[in-house]
Amino acid sequence: MNLHEFQGKELLASYGVTIQRGVVAETVDQAMSGFEKLQSETGTEFAVVKAQIHAGGRGKGGGVKLAKNKEELKEHAGNILGMMLKTPQTPGGINGPGKLVSKILIAEDVYAPDFDACDEIYISILMDREMKRNVIIYSTEGGMDIEEVAEHTPHLVHKEYVDPTLGLMPFQTRKIAFNLGLSGTAFKGMTKFVSNLYKAFVGSDASLFEINPCLKTGDDRIIAVDCKVSLDDNALFRHADLAAQRDESEEDATEVEAKSYGLNYVNLDGNVGCMVNGAGLAMATMDIIKLSGGSPANFLDVGGTADAARVEQAFRIILRDENVKAILINIFGGIVRCDRVAQGVVDAYKNIGNISVPIIVRLQGTNADIAKTIIDESGLEVHSAIQLQEAADLVEKLVG
Amino acid sequence: MSVLVGKHSKIIVQGFTGKEGSFHSEQMIEYGTNIVGGVTPGKGGTDHLGKPVFNSVSEAVQKTDADTSIIFVPPKFAADAIMEAADAGLQLIVCITEGIPVQDMVKVKSYIEDRDVRLIGPNCPGIITPGEAKLGIMPGFIHNPGKIGIVSRSGTLTYEAVDQVTKAGMGQSTCIGIGGDPIPGTTTKEAVQLLMEDPDTDGIVMIGEIGGNMEADAARWIKENGTKPVVGFIAGQTAPPGRTMGHAGAIIGGADDTAEAKMKIMRECGIHVVESPAAIGETMKKVLS
Repeated sequence: MNLHEFQGKELLASYGVTIQRGVVAETVDQAMSGFEKLQSETGTEFAVVKAQIHAGGRGKGGGVKLAKNKEELKEHAGNILGMMLKTPQTPGGINGPGKLVSKILIAEDVYAPDFDACDEIYISILMDREMKRNVIIYSTEGGMDIEEVAEHTPHLVHKEYVDPTLGLMPFQTRKIAFNLGLSGTAFKGMTKFVSNLYKAFVGSDASLFEINPCLKTGDDRIIAVDCKVSLDDNALFRHADLAAQRDESEEDATEVEAKSYGLNYVNLDGNVGCMVNGAGLAMATMDIIKLSGGSPANFLDVGGTADAARVEQAFRIILRDENVKAILINIFGGIVRCDRVAQGVVDAYKNIGNISVPIIVRLQGTNADIAKTIIDESGLEVHSAIQLQEAADLVEKLVG
Repeated sequence: MSVLVGKHSKIIVQGFTGKEGSFHSEQMIEYGTNIVGGVTPGKGGTDHLGKPVFNSVSEAVQKTDADTSIIFVPPKFAADAIMEAADAGLQLIVCITEGIPVQDMVKVKSYIEDRDVRLIGPNCPGIITPGEAKLGIMPGFIHNPGKIGIVSRSGTLTYEAVDQVTKAGMGQSTCIGIGGDPIPGTTTKEAVQLLMEDPDTDGIVMIGEIGGNMEADAARWIKENGTKPVVGFIAGQTAPPGRTMGHAGAIIGGADDTAEAKMKIMRECGIHVVESPAAIGETMKKVLS
């Protein structure tokens, strides 16, 4: 799961990482009083109004604005709260519908007083699959798209791998600070910053931390100005406090609902819905839909217990998508018995009633023959198949 | 012969008396797998499914001379269970558990690195040598003893491949489900290598999916060292980037871990890549004839 910027910063601060301080607001009034509070607590003159949505590139879409006084703050807060913010990372990109902004962060101006003496740095931490250990990626070229920096000036992107048993060693934090060209107070500040940042990463079971930019101020302080935090869903059992911060309004409503039924669903924009047991077979089924002239409307893994109730929920979710012209159910029965799944399909079909799109059911494995008989004798508009190729041919016939 | 497991294997089950452990142990024993006992801390000294239960893996190894373990322990405790098995000196550990935190697996990988042990999984269906030993949750009856080795990151998609191979008139030497997690104990390349060196394997089916670079690594190894035909398939040709497709490891992070990129490099390395998952069995038959 992803955290909002303000949640990520709270997490970092709890590990002693220095952050750009701010106040969260959901209304203009809250923003105004937050601004006053921030001014008295931090001494900042200006404030930055930042839209809190789970997407990068917020500034490009007008979701980040500098306010130099109360009037400007009121104006920006009013404009940003409630806007549909379009960024390259929101659904459909800058030409898509955007994402509704319901929270803003009023943050201190950390670039003052000497903007020109500030340096923007890039730091991220993630698990490197190939090396099977955590890596700190950093660069002097902060505030930019790191992929572009890596492409055009690869020598400016550094990596520091961390030994899983030892953790991040002091010589490594010094190396990072040296490579970033820092000295004196800023050097010391950076070693502490990186050390605490790594502790926060491991301590929260994060899968990604991206601090871009991390700022070296004119007076040599090191501050996380923005942060992107993704957490490992599998580790949330030991972080109830973080799990409670999940913002489901940021996720696809249907996907959230599917999850509550134990279904693993990803919405796509094709015309053939599918329902499969197992993630690999589900992806393979999407591929076969494409090869048969259709395009997959979703990824849906019903998991190990494809009983009638679950099949019915899956049906209802797929049928909600108006683009769906056919549904392919592909179950390879192992522990799951195909006859039970077949009965589930028949029951669900009858319960839902007027299903107008053709359904192809391919059941293979344990009791596949009994399952085919159940489907064939149900009298329903359901096409049955046993071999995967037969199912593919049926898709082609119906939508290809 | 075959690889990793066979009639000779002496197997213990960690999480033996739990719901999953009990159900699958019963199926494995029914298949003829040589299960010599199980481990459930606190239940040592009792019997379960006609086999002795021990408090620790080391005790189980001492009393039964076990060399292999299969783990059905919940994700919270699974990393610890793997390390316990490695510490007790087992040679092969198969971890079925899905949902182990990534940082736990980082530690596990580092812990077992210098030990003489092979970990398969986690988040996998296990391994089977048809007719000899079923060390996992796969349906035994679809398998047939034969000469095709199968390596896969997926569960049901492996069954699909097995079924096609069997229906095409061939059988399997050993099927290795390496699992769908970002950090697998055994990589695609390592599993392929085992089968390549097995005298009783004539051909290899290699099934991958989006995410990571394991298939590309395996393909390059095959190009240099391959002595047998390999049929390959990559699931997720239609998967959108940046989304996790069920398996924690199935996510497109860059240009190199798309299905297209992987299939391209596999073709360049001489692997018989099929676009359709329905063509795995027939393609292997053609390649071998």
